[in-house]
Amino acid sequence: MDSEKEKAIHEHESHSHEYGVYILVFFGLLALTAITVSIAGLNLGSLTLTVALVIATIKTCLVANYFMHVKFDSPIFKVFIAVCIVIFATMIGLTFFDLIFR
Amino acid sequence: MSQNSDLTLHQQHVHEAHAHVGEHTHRDDVGSKMGMWLFLFTEVLLFGGMFILYASYRFMYSDAFKVAAEHLDTYVGAINTIILLASSCAVVLAIVSLQKKNKRLCLGFLWFTLACGAAFMVNKYFEWGHKIEIGIYPKGPALAEMSEGEVLFFGLYYVMTGLHGLHIIIGMIFIGVIMAMIQKNKITHDNFQKLENSGLYWHLVDVIWIFLFPLFYLIH
Repeated sequence: MDSEKEKAIHEHESHSHEYGVYILVFFGLLALTAITVSIAGLNLGSLTLTVALVIATIKTCLVANYFMHVKFDSPIFKVFIAVCIVIFATMIGLTFFDLIFR
Repeated sequence: MSQNSDLTLHQQHVHEAHAHVGEHTHRDDVGSKMGMWLFLFTEVLLFGGMFILYASYRFMYSDAFKVAAEHLDTYVGAINTIILLASSCAVVLAIVSLQKKNKRLCLGFLWFTLACGAAFMVNKYFEWGHKIEIGIYPKGPALAEMSEGEVLFFGLYYVMTGLHGLHIIIGMIFIGVIMAMIQKNKITHDNFQKLENSGLYWHLVDVIWIFLFPLFYLIH
């Protein structure tokens, strides 16, 4: 039991980072916000939505991997997230299948 | 008589043994984190259902959504995005400082997070207040003159940003409780899974806003 506890603590310490990495990620997120706002000002027509969603997805990946520590966690958490995304994507897919071919 | 005292002695030993076990309570940090993630997935699906509704109506009324979105202030939305990103960063920095055994700095970062959450809600208050003032609310005069698609846009706007705002308030309470536990040394540099779980919740609320912002404020 003790060794398990030590292992858990060790796992924690293995992803204890310096402040710098997170501040860098924060500035990356700010830059992406600036990009998404300025791109929305351009007239890209139907591309606007796609670009906005791609940038939002990149921002989400940054937040999940660094702020939520997924990058440093055990792979099982990535499997968890993948299952959730597949369920959500199926829901969207089925809804639009209905909507488009109605 | 001596048999009796032996028994008491034995019982005492048993009690001590139990107390001993109590000191070494089993802690499962990974399990705790998994539980938190499972809860976050239910939140994702809660908001996910609304995002699907949004996508369907935007597909059906894309022009009306563009007209309705003109009422939303991109500037306020962008400021709120920056506020939430900064607050998320502060939570993660709070974890680092606790790992470095700097309790004061950790609490400082968490206070900053709470301040950001409050600032977000104040912005939201003025934003909603302005819309209600110009008559955009259920059965309001401005909404009555709008087309079906525009009414649906504002319905989704109020419900989705409202539910998100509710999550901000819950997140602030969650972090407040965690701060009290840090203050009382119940959460320490080698036992901070609860702090991390509150952080996960806060980051999820941030991620939801990352999608709400372009979908409501950046339609042109």
